[in-house]
Amino acid sequence: MTTTIYVPCDTTARSLGADAVAARLTRAADRLGVAIQLKRNGSRGLFWLEPLVEVETAAGRVAYGPVAPTDVDALVEAGLFEGRQEHDLALGDIEAHPYLARQQRLTFSRIGLTDPLSLEDYTARQGFAGLQQALALTPQGIVDEVKASGLRGRGGAAFPTGIKWQTVHDTPAAQKYIVCNADEGDSGTFADRLVMECDPFMLIEGMTIAGLAVGATQGYIYLRSEYPLAQAMLDEAIVRAEAAGYLGDDILGSGQTFHLEVRLGAGAYICGEETSLLESLEGKRGLVRAKPPLPAIEGLFGQPTVVNNVLSLAAVPFILDQGGQAYADYGMGRSRGTLALQLAGNVARGGLVELAFGTTLRELMESFGGGTRSGRPLKAVQVGGPLGAYLPQNQWDTPLDYEAFAAFGGVVGHGGVVMFDDSVDMGAQARFAMEFCAVESCGKCTPCRIGAVRGVEVIDRIRAGDAADDNLVLLADLCETMVDGSLCAMGGMTPFPVQSVMKHFPDDLTRPLAEGGR
Amino acid sequence: MSHASPQAADTWTSAQIQAVVDEYRSLPGAMLPTLHALQNRFGHIPEAAIPIVAEALRHTRAEVHGIISFYHHFRTQPPGRHVIQVCRAEACQAVGARALEAHVKSALGVDYHQTTADREFTLEPVYCLGNCACGPSLRVDDEIHGRMDAAGFDRLAAQLSATVVEVK
Repeated sequence: MTTTIYVPCDTTARSLGADAVAARLTRAADRLGVAIQLKRNGSRGLFWLEPLVEVETAAGRVAYGPVAPTDVDALVEAGLFEGRQEHDLALGDIEAHPYLARQQRLTFSRIGLTDPLSLEDYTARQGFAGLQQALALTPQGIVDEVKASGLRGRGGAAFPTGIKWQTVHDTPAAQKYIVCNADEGDSGTFADRLVMECDPFMLIEGMTIAGLAVGATQGYIYLRSEYPLAQAMLDEAIVRAEAAGYLGDDILGSGQTFHLEVRLGAGAYICGEETSLLESLEGKRGLVRAKPPLPAIEGLFGQPTVVNNVLSLAAVPFILDQGGQAYADYGMGRSRGTLALQLAGNVARGGLVELAFGTTLRELMESFGGGTRSGRPLKAVQVGGPLGAYLPQNQWDTPLDYEAFAAFGGVVGHGGVVMFDDSVDMGAQARFAMEFCAVESCGKCTPCRIGAVRGVEVIDRIRAGDAADDNLVLLADLCETMVDGSLCAMGGMTPFPVQSVMKHFPDDLTRPLAEGGR
Repeated sequence: MSHASPQAADTWTSAQIQAVVDEYRSLPGAMLPTLHALQNRFGHIPEAAIPIVAEALRHTRAEVHGIISFYHHFRTQPPGRHVIQVCRAEACQAVGARALEAHVKSALGVDYHQTTADREFTLEPVYCLGNCACGPSLRVDDEIHGRMDAAGFDRLAAQLSATVVEVK
């Protein structure tokens, strides 16, 4: 009998040796004459357990992790191929693990279970059920379903997706576009990458549904060049989806057309801003455009364009399959559905946690994250990427909800949660925020282009003890100018982490460098 | 893929450049795909490509230069055999990226955007590789390495250099 063994193939599992683990398992099976089928599944997103090897048994899958290449022989010796569980790395049924069992995985229901490029695996687990539903609806019917779901843009701005689609739907044009923003540049985020590497057909399906809804026949996935594996997976998935009739000139015999292409970015954080992204797709420098006109009216090549984040589009197949209300049943207040949270940085159990809106940050960091990886006390947490504020302990009981975070000047953003222990120098973090903006500013508006450079200089003077009090006033003023005067969120939000350090960790900012500052 | 080491980096002819440009010029928004293709093929975007790209895509040379220099990914000088990118972003900082980057710089004896004297390694900063739960991370060509530390980097660099010796 052939035993099926799963070894994840996503970037994180591979960065920790999954390919070597797979090779050693194959060698061990050959040596012992055991018939195995090695399947490269996606990651389940429990990254501290990667590489997470699973063995199919009569009683279901049995997991082992984290498996280093050097653990393989001992595991095989201890009966891994038979699913025996005496070894210390045996985890039993991983789905019973509280980290997974307590999640509400709507978007990420398939990841880790399937071979990401297998259409058979995809369709066996509700894949393309949403597309089938969409093909039976009118375009307005699809838009209404998305409106009913309450889905808001998961890229960070949280604009209602249904309203955006309605605008594009209502704007007449010979050519419209769906553009997927896959320029996942925020540190601490990897949920888009997981979608693309572990369940790429879901994104293809979501974009196709968007195309049907608004009357767009061409889609582009603007993917960051830092994700080479996601590129390979998407390219192959598109070829397979087209060959099987899910994409192309006659989608599932409906006569409807949707073409999809991956376009690679080139290492510019600003191209995650939607108008900069459109400039880049058009082949220009990624300079931010002034709005209006909205991209929904004049977007790519001047045509009406839906620009949605990967996670927004990935939520759509579920919404069409199960109905908008089924999605809206999760969440709190005006934040409906689930949020893909990403536990990162100094965290003991880092990974993907999909939960309905409303969980507190503390609950997430403690009962999922298990505290810091270093074992030292947690000092600060940055939510929402490099433009998000650093939150001190007294803000950790805030529920994860767009409005609750906005109430104190925080952002949920793309759901990245980066934890820092007490060895962090918050002054250095404030300086980095300005330094990053200086590197990545598109240069179009002055507050951002000049402000970031001056910000680094002023922080350096404060940290050198050079007229610190006067320079703190200057820094506060500079931050205000950038917030109020910048064209987009890059310059407009770069001050958020800086201001949060000034407010909550002032001693770190003014501590003389000789006393441990950097 | 973006960093795959090309067979004949550093060597090119105008005809080869023209052939690459001709393959991509008819795409809508052809500029980035064209520049990527050139860099994948030649390891960098040769200066001589600028007028050819400008002519084909109906831009001025200054515009093409402006586009190349806007994007951190594009380079106009040939890189070393391997491109090493160290993640400098916050999630990696939280687990020791600042110490790692200092070690990598001193171990290689180069700063960012420089190539070692033996032309083995080009060092670049990168802002997030999406491996944020298992940092510090670095990328060598198209491979990402997680939970990297000074000792791990030294082993990796030794392996990469050793591979070269075997090939020769």
